[in-house]
Amino acid sequence: MPAVSKGDGMRGLAVFISDIRNCKSKEAEIKRINKELANIRSKFKGDKALDGYSKKKYVCKLLFIFLLGHDIDFGHMEAVNLLSSNKYTEKQIGYLFISVLVNSNSELIRLINNAIKNDLSSRNPTFMCLALHCIANVGSREMAEAFAGEIPRILVAGDTMDSVKQSAALCLLRLYKASPDLVLMGEWTSRVVHLLNDQHMGVVTAAISLITCLSSKNPDEFKTCVSLAVSRLSRIVSSASTDLQDYTYYFVPAPWLSCKLLRLLQCYPPPEDGAVKGRLVECLETILNKAQEPPKSKKVQHSNAKNAILFEAISLIIHYDSEPNLLVRACNQLGQFLQHRETNLRYLALESMCTLASSEFSHEAVKTHIETVINALKTERDVSVRQRAADLLYAMCDRSNAKQIVAEMLSYLETADYSIREEMVLKVAILAEKYAVDYSWYVDTILNLIRIAGDYVSEEVWYRVIQIVINRDDVQGYAAKTVFEALQAPACHENMVKVGGYILGEFGNLIAGDPRSSPLVQFNLLHSKFHLCSVPTRALLLSAYIKFINLFPETKATIQEVLRSDSQIRNSDVELQQRAVEYLKLSSIASTDVLATVLEEMPPFPERESSILAKLKKKKGPGAVSVELEDGKERGELNGGADRGGEAAIAASNASTPSPSSDLLGLRSAAPVGGPAPSAGSLLVDVFSEAGPAASSTRVNDDGFLSALHAPEAPDSRLAEGPGDADSAPPSAASEDPAPPLPESDELLNKFVCKNNGVLFENQLLQIGIKSEYRQNLGRMYLFYGNKTSVQFVSFTTTVSCPGELQSQLNVQTKPVEPLVEGGAQVQQVINIECLTDFVDAPLLNIKFRYGGALQNITLKLPVTINKFFQPTEMAAADFFQRWKQLSQPQQEAQKIFKASHGMDTEVLKAKLLGLGTALLENVDPNPENYVCAGVIQTKIQQVGCLLRLEPNAQAQPGEQMYRLTLRSSKDTVSQRVCDLLAEQF
Amino acid sequence: MIGGLFIYNHKGEVLISRVYRDDIGRHAVDAFRVNVIHARQQVRSPVTNIARTSFFHVKRSNIWLAAVTKQNVNAAMVFEFLYKMCDVMAAYFGKISEENIKNNFVLIYELLDEILDFGYPQNSETGALKTFITQQGIKGQHQTKEEQSQITSQVTGQIGWRREGIKYRRNELFLDVLESVNLLMSPQGQVLSAHVSGRVVMKSYLSGMPECKFGMNDKIVIDKAGKGGVTDDVAKSTTGKQSIAIDDCTFNQCVRLSKFDSERSISFIPPDGEYELMRYRTTKDIILPFRVIPLVREVGRTKLEVKVVIKSNFKPSLLAQKIEVRIPTPLNTSGVQVICMKGKAKYKASENAIVWKIKRMAGMKESQISAEIELLPTNDKKKWARPPISMNFEVPFAPSGLKVRYLKVFESKLNYSDHDVIKWVRYIGRSGIYETRC
Repeated sequence: MPAVSKGDGMRGLAVFISDIRNCKSKEAEIKRINKELANIRSKFKGDKALDGYSKKKYVCKLLFIFLLGHDIDFGHMEAVNLLSSNKYTEKQIGYLFISVLVNSNSELIRLINNAIKNDLSSRNPTFMCLALHCIANVGSREMAEAFAGEIPRILVAGDTMDSVKQSAALCLLRLYKASPDLVLMGEWTSRVVHLLNDQHMGVVTAAISLITCLSSKNPDEFKTCVSLAVSRLSRIVSSASTDLQDYTYYFVPAPWLSCKLLRLLQCYPPPEDGAVKGRLVECLETILNKAQEPPKSKKVQHSNAKNAILFEAISLIIHYDSEPNLLVRACNQLGQFLQHRETNLRYLALESMCTLASSEFSHEAVKTHIETVINALKTERDVSVRQRAADLLYAMCDRSNAKQIVAEMLSYLETADYSIREEMVLKVAILAEKYAVDYSWYVDTILNLIRIAGDYVSEEVWYRVIQIVINRDDVQGYAAKTVFEALQAPACHENMVKVGGYILGEFGNLIAGDPRSSPLVQFNLLHSKFHLCSVPTRALLLSAYIKFINLFPETKATIQEVLRSDSQIRNSDVELQQRAVEYLKLSSIASTDVLATVLEEMPPFPERESSILAKLKKKKGPGAVSVELEDGKERGELNGGADRGGEAAIAASNASTPSPSSDLLGLRSAAPVGGPAPSAGSLLVDVFSEAGPAASSTRVNDDGFLSALHAPEAPDSRLAEGPGDADSAPPSAASEDPAPPLPESDELLNKFVCKNNGVLFENQLLQIGIKSEYRQNLGRMYLFYGNKTSVQFVSFTTTVSCPGELQSQLNVQTKPVEPLVEGGAQVQQVINIECLTDFVDAPLLNIKFRYGGALQNITLKLPVTINKFFQPTEMAAADFFQRWKQLSQPQQEAQKIFKASHGMDTEVLKAKLLGLGTALLENVDPNPENYVCAGVIQTKIQQVGCLLRLEPNAQAQPGEQMYRLTLRSSKDTVSQRVCDLLAEQF
Repeated sequence: MIGGLFIYNHKGEVLISRVYRDDIGRHAVDAFRVNVIHARQQVRSPVTNIARTSFFHVKRSNIWLAAVTKQNVNAAMVFEFLYKMCDVMAAYFGKISEENIKNNFVLIYELLDEILDFGYPQNSETGALKTFITQQGIKGQHQTKEEQSQITSQVTGQIGWRREGIKYRRNELFLDVLESVNLLMSPQGQVLSAHVSGRVVMKSYLSGMPECKFGMNDKIVIDKAGKGGVTDDVAKSTTGKQSIAIDDCTFNQCVRLSKFDSERSISFIPPDGEYELMRYRTTKDIILPFRVIPLVREVGRTKLEVKVVIKSNFKPSLLAQKIEVRIPTPLNTSGVQVICMKGKAKYKASENAIVWKIKRMAGMKESQISAEIELLPTNDKKKWARPPISMNFEVPFAPSGLKVRYLKVFESKLNYSDHDVIKWVRYIGRSGIYETRC
């Protein structure tokens, strides 16, 4: 804002602003502004020329109004006019208005660019500066396009004034940051680098920012700047503080420039040239020496400036990581700061030491400060400093001091701030694992950890404990004993119960010999915690129980009793209910051999990257990762195992953590490992398919655990159709058009006439499951596409089409599916169906995807048949016969006599007729052998009543058995279609 | 229930702060200031929820009244209370302004103690309050014990709004029918929406405990009367055009609602002094006192010609007053020339409108204004939205057509009859939001 000074004062503006400030209310302010705007509009109307002063004043007012938050849609032209003024103040206001208000797509931009160009080519340094500032402030792409060529020229021209050079350098930096592709340094590179030698310190400071930015993008082009920077630095460092007159800040020579130079050097590796390197080392030593000197001033600015240079120098030393001498000196210097009274310095010292600890040269030196750091962790008042101390402890930990550090961190954890607890827990867990000499110590530590900070122990941590315990035979017994003891505590954290449940389920037998921890005692102990736990934990405990049955047959009765209790077998949670039902069946049906196979001890986990580490990296963000990466670069031994391939770790953790039931329980993996797949598998299937009816009513398909059980549904249907017929589907030709429907798709369709859920299709690659529900004339179908391979399917698309006249009979809406299906994953698609009128054909479902490059193209018939829209109708015998007679016209009846293809089991027949959707009417037909059904087909435009009669001759010999099926409905096509459909079912 | 009540000035400084419940802390005061008074964008909703606390506010000139609560209160009740509070304050010290509130803050706290108890509204009848909360400080020595006990029995009694033993030499009664007519009309003269909201305000100076009965030309009342066949010739003459359909109405607490429900008659024992007897709303057969005919022509990008004709549409013998037509101008107006035959017209830049004022205008007349508006070319592509032309006026009749048929006063104990009461009836129709699109 231009100061209202004498001679240059704009009284009108001052009055206006004070008016606004004195406004009592928003409304008054708006009124005042409206009045002013009207005034300015009438002034800008253009009938009379305004002098520069009033133009400036009004543009200023407009700017002020704009900054108050009102829209300004005029006055731009006047502002552009101001640019061509010769007066500094007018030009300045013009540029100010333009950099604040003009957006890049304005049509005025050409005029503005012209004015800027004029100013740039003028010899007047202030005008040039104004123009450069405007370019930088706008900084748009258009500006860059127009001036990117011009500015470097100004920057390196010999006759440019120093102040203009500064502005040009910073302006160029701005443009480069905004649109790097437009700013091409090319030929100017070497001359820009030589600006480091400029006499004027201001120019050097400005140029170095530009060079740092440019060289971080393409370091090779600017390599030459290293030696120049070093010589410049040495000149500054060695100069007496009085030499650099204007650039000495509280007795420190050019602190900003020094810092920038040091930072620039951090873009490059140590200089190869011995002389340069020697000079640089000398500089760094001088800086370190200066830190030891008594301060020249008591002012805080002096020490700040000095320390800024020092810390920058230390980061450079750490960056080079090749001068043991300097590293150790730096470390000692930081050690002094650790006890400084200034909190900021302590923070910085801890932070820098963290990186120092990762260097092999200074690691030992850092370790000497362990006591101080531990002390800091305990006594610091500022949480951010404590956080750094914890980081440092983590970084300096190695085999020699691991026990001490872990113990300290554990004891600190009890009082630690909530914000850093989770991170601390992860760190303790990692250190304990990495430096575990004996695993009993490890187990103790982790259990302690869970005890102290259970809430902050993430899933990964306890997964990891279990992975380690399972993989190490030597600790299993100890672990079982320890968790058993830990669980004795009256109040246990849930994570402890999880670990306890899992470990006792696996290795409870190892401590069962002791009468104090006999199987029943173990079970009772676990079960006492059961009711306090959340659902996933309960699910885990149920699995532990079934494992108990295997380990200790004597507990079988007790556990079955528990499983059978209403709170389990009728639990409102589907997962728990299903587990209870299935485990109960498994335990009561399967022989001990089968049990032993199914519930065998978990196989060792594949050695994989610790998932905790990945979690820690994710948590700490980019800063921490860079530290970790640096770790990885340097050290094999020091926290080295931690950093092998972060991505792999993350992938592993993803794979290992989707849900506790899928990973740790691993029934899926247990079964194949347990024995030769076919036999064990089929046994399992038998067990489950018996349990099926109870469980399937509550089955939810998208659970990881349940997908393992998905298989039972497949054989169930496969048995009906003969094995392998779905598998034999030939891989379709690789054309983009939807393939013709598979030959067996009609058969597949018939499978679903009487049921709504099941597996529609299966081959080596893909399994398609269906769940559907119908209400009146509407239906909803869930299709589950399961990728049976371990490779992902790409460009996975599904389309549903209604061929021919079906289009007008059925309204099908689908939601698109994700084009990527990961290996082993399942995607779900919802299809909404509306029945407009009765129909015969089924809609086609086309699935296309690429599996390993080959296009797969499968077309199936969606099992949508007219009977799905049946509403069952109950009626009495008299009613039925009356209606039956009403529908006596010949075309209303459809009849079929056909051979029975399956046995005439009453229950099966009834189930099928009910599955059809009609109501099965008892005591209607005089012959009890016959079946009579009634229903109404609901379509959008009409309702079609339907009566059915099925007469079997059950007395005939098997093979001779026949059915007579009679259908009567108010619509002939419906009778025929339902009759056809149903005839295939018996 | 109301947890606290705050009054702010336009800057958001707290003038009055009365907290009734513990769940409202000091921070609530600041929350309202920051989020409503000083909000970046004007807060239009009268109810604001901030951190599970509800703020109900009304604004009187530059003063904000805010009721605060953490509970789920009846918002209509809270607003009714706030309006009542405004009425009470206005009755005590006139206009609600920062100055007046600062000068009367002791009184306001006293009032707040009386009319809100633990957040529950209490008797807020001005007449009743004035008997025991006075501006002259404690008058204890002047009031006898008897008078004090009388106050108690009145305030707690069945008729809390009137005390016994009032005596006037002249029994007088003033009745004002105040209506505001709202209209939105299309440029072609089609009525898009119109309604009248009216109030019947009374000022009664009657002795004793009189029983009043009020009658008007409401359709239901008249139909009922007609059916009953009591006042048949009057009813027959009025049922035709003269009766009006009232959409809804609310009454002062003194009106016996049971009688209204059963007999559709409005009978009451009036409070002493001024009060609002009823409020009502009608939407059918509204007499629109003025018709505005706008004509806007854009001449190129830099000029706009506006011609507006107003026609008065009522009996020539009546005179409308304080007529003001407000013609909005585009935001890029740089100059305006106005010519009008009657009244005065002026371009008000601060309001972005041409304001045309006419002092008086008889019925069945018409008047015209024409204006040339010069525009400044802008680089803004937005077209001018053409806000509607609005109008203000005052006419001496009720645009809804409501007529007072009778107002009878019965006082059995004292010896004055209905004929002795001097009654004054006045009708005033004002404009509410009376707009015509152009």
